[in-house]
Amino acid sequence: MNNDLIALAASSPFASATQRVRGRRDFLKTVPLAGLVLGIGLPRLGAAVEEPKKYGGDGMPHGVQDSPKLFVAIAPDGTVSIVVSRSEMGQGVRTSLPRIVADELEADLKRVRVVQAPGDEVKYGNQDTDGSRSTRHWFDPMRRCGASARTMLEQAAAQQWKVPLDQVEARNHEVVHKPSGRKLGYGALALAAAKLEVPVRESVKLKDPSRYRYIGKSNAALIDGPNIVSGKAQYGIDTRLPGMLYAVIARPPVLGGKVKSFDAAAAQKVSGVVKVFAIDATPPPSEFMPIGGVVVVAKDTWAAIQGRNALKIEWDDGAHASYDSAAYRAELEAAVRKTGGKVVRNDGDAYAALAKAAKKVEADYYVPHYAHATMEPPAATARISGGRCEVWAPSQSPQAARERVATRLKLSPENVTVNVTLLGGGFGRKSKADFIVEAALASQAMGGQPVKLTWTREDDLLHDYFHAVSAQHLEAGFDADGKVSAWLHRSAEPTIASIFAPDPKQLAAFELGLGLTNLPYAVPNVRIENPEAVAHARIGWLRSVNNIQHAFAAQSFIAELAHAQGKDHREFLLALLGPDRTIDPNTVSEPWNHGESPQRYPINTARLRKVVERATQEAGWGRKLGSGQGLGLAAHYSFVTYVAAVVEVSVDAKGEITVPRIDVAVDCGPQINPDRIRSQIEGACIMGLSQALVSEITFEKGRVQQTNLHQFEVLRSNAAPKKIVVHLMPADGYDAPLGGVGEPGVPVIAPALANAIHAATGKRIRQLPVRGQLAPPA
Amino acid sequence: MTTLQINGKATNVNAAGDTPLLWVLRDHLGLTGTKFGCGMALCGACTVHLDGTPVRACQTPLSAAAGKRVTTIEGVAASRVGKAVQAAWLEVGVPQCGYCQAGQIMSATALLQGNPKPSDAEIDGAMSGNICRCGTYTRIRSAIKVAAGIKVEAA
Repeated sequence: MNNDLIALAASSPFASATQRVRGRRDFLKTVPLAGLVLGIGLPRLGAAVEEPKKYGGDGMPHGVQDSPKLFVAIAPDGTVSIVVSRSEMGQGVRTSLPRIVADELEADLKRVRVVQAPGDEVKYGNQDTDGSRSTRHWFDPMRRCGASARTMLEQAAAQQWKVPLDQVEARNHEVVHKPSGRKLGYGALALAAAKLEVPVRESVKLKDPSRYRYIGKSNAALIDGPNIVSGKAQYGIDTRLPGMLYAVIARPPVLGGKVKSFDAAAAQKVSGVVKVFAIDATPPPSEFMPIGGVVVVAKDTWAAIQGRNALKIEWDDGAHASYDSAAYRAELEAAVRKTGGKVVRNDGDAYAALAKAAKKVEADYYVPHYAHATMEPPAATARISGGRCEVWAPSQSPQAARERVATRLKLSPENVTVNVTLLGGGFGRKSKADFIVEAALASQAMGGQPVKLTWTREDDLLHDYFHAVSAQHLEAGFDADGKVSAWLHRSAEPTIASIFAPDPKQLAAFELGLGLTNLPYAVPNVRIENPEAVAHARIGWLRSVNNIQHAFAAQSFIAELAHAQGKDHREFLLALLGPDRTIDPNTVSEPWNHGESPQRYPINTARLRKVVERATQEAGWGRKLGSGQGLGLAAHYSFVTYVAAVVEVSVDAKGEITVPRIDVAVDCGPQINPDRIRSQIEGACIMGLSQALVSEITFEKGRVQQTNLHQFEVLRSNAAPKKIVVHLMPADGYDAPLGGVGEPGVPVIAPALANAIHAATGKRIRQLPVRGQLAPPA
Repeated sequence: MTTLQINGKATNVNAAGDTPLLWVLRDHLGLTGTKFGCGMALCGACTVHLDGTPVRACQTPLSAAAGKRVTTIEGVAASRVGKAVQAAWLEVGVPQCGYCQAGQIMSATALLQGNPKPSDAEIDGAMSGNICRCGTYTRIRSAIKVAAGIKVEAA
């Protein structure tokens, strides 16, 4: 085992695992194999019986790692390789994390290359690229990692020159002896530095942020940018191996369905089809595992698709064949209109306050299922030889994929390697390993021959892990002074827990804490109820998750309350927020708080107030607008980040909506890569508008009705806002807690749009998508 | 056997004439820069140029491409406009996941080759067949203007 920090040129997989992919063969040579890492992560010292609860990155499975022996290698020519253990899906993590390490390391980015880690959490620490956590959890460990490596290089130089350590300083890829001006490059020092101990965590001295060159700077060029614009970037669907075959699968159209029988005769006659066979489903709850079906393996993707078209399959649909979205909506709406359901928050006595309210307002909201529709559909390539399975996949959770492949193939995880490609979009879909396990099963059936499994767009839409459909009922009471005295909110929605456990009917803490139970408004009597809802489809996390429907309902309802009182929405919202204060999140709901410490991450109403003030100021709240035009506001706290948006709409006589401008104010704490924060928020505006305006998945007879992008619509360029302006709130230094970025931009968009439509037309939108709701009667 | 002119090179392909050009490029020729997104010409991820005109490779049978000049993302930099578009994409920081961007760049290049100074409406008209699920549309518009040398209004 090579325990050196240095990687000896091309002989090391570390040194050859470059992101500068030149061609297909190079790509295959350069994908890091199992032996990438130069040391093994220390087992976590099992301390005592009563370990205090851990939060943030430390509280995630396998925690965080920060040793440069895991993440940094320096070649004799000075090239610095930095390992990224999280998956790139457009959030910019392969750009942002190495910039943190490079800055603390005093490395010149032009001499840095990025190496993608395979799935191995014991070694690298947590790899779940979800929950808006990568930079939030890894900023400090990556700073320590770079600083440790820098310290080791300084120590090596001081030893070589036989001078005191305080006389040397690392500056821009070399160590300088300050009194004499002597210099040694990182390449020359790497071997000696590698033999030193990594400094203990507490002793690591971080740079003064005033000397940052990369952290917090706006000009961060994307590490993968040149490959992306030239078509060389390698996504999961792009993997090619010698002798590779291509597969697609016909899957049961109804959740829990099975293949009753199939006739492959015609399929096998399709030119290029090699083999047709069934694979078993993991019965529901099927978690991240395949749902079965009939596999067609062929010599190219087109032949596989043609072969599948020729299959004759009889399905046994099972219990969910009656799932019908219209009927289900009626069920959910009936459930939320009735008193009752599991009480998930209860402050004071909301029912009593409602009974004696001077005025009451109530409203119902409906948000449909959505699909992720990542532009790259799920796809993975696998091969098996010598008792080892190797896969290439666009995975948000490669360590989970490794475990699931090992389980299904009955291998030990050590004999499974999951290489992580770029992801052509993730949004939560690619946290699931089902498509990766399918590829492994297809390879297994072909005697280990490499097989690329591709999901067509139809597969993707018909068999997604859907965003939960929901019905919500809200009631508020005003007291005689016109203050909100009671807030009652009932929400019925199938739970994500249903993919893990048989038939749970109530939301889990990780769903309730997404904008349902943890609202910070100053209302004395609050009651939140969660009636039962049965899941009839696979339900999954979709970017910002339950916040989508919860924020849509709550932020629309607050605007309705303002309107009912004849008050300006902004003034009403700020008054409802109450005096500036911090709220212990554990006092308003079951402990969740996105896994963060309630002390370090209390809910801070001043931060929410300030984003409301900033967004409205920037948008010119209150300005005169023409007929059919309006501004709408919404604010929401999610992923420990505070966001407010003002959407400007224009609605014409035909009910066509255009969005001239969106202003979004974001307080996510310290900003490590501001341009990528802006781009994430811009993208969140587009995704939020898609959900608000056009997207919807419906079921009939247990089957999804939208087969491709003509039916599951998403926003296109012609409907995109003319302008999106992101306003980042200044942070209090780099030691302040970081908020999430990838998701919290989404939830405010639909309610801000609905509120703008109300301002423009007087029409209140209470169900999504808006689609034809504004069309004049024919 | 069909002969294609791909990125300036004569290339022989052994596939049935009704095979979509997309799969010929990706599976037979290893030109994976052209992406699969929908298979129904709905998303634009597979956009290539056929004799300079943007087409969706998923709906273009191999037989229809025979004897024509095919330009893919791997070859678009051979043109001045293609190169300028790629550079503008990097300057503006357009890509997020990047998967759709090959198709976006092919559509944008074709637009500017036929219309060097497009209006906002012309840009939206030419680009609305290309879906970006990450939502980079506002930056795409800016980058097209940068590539065209049209003054971009500061945010």
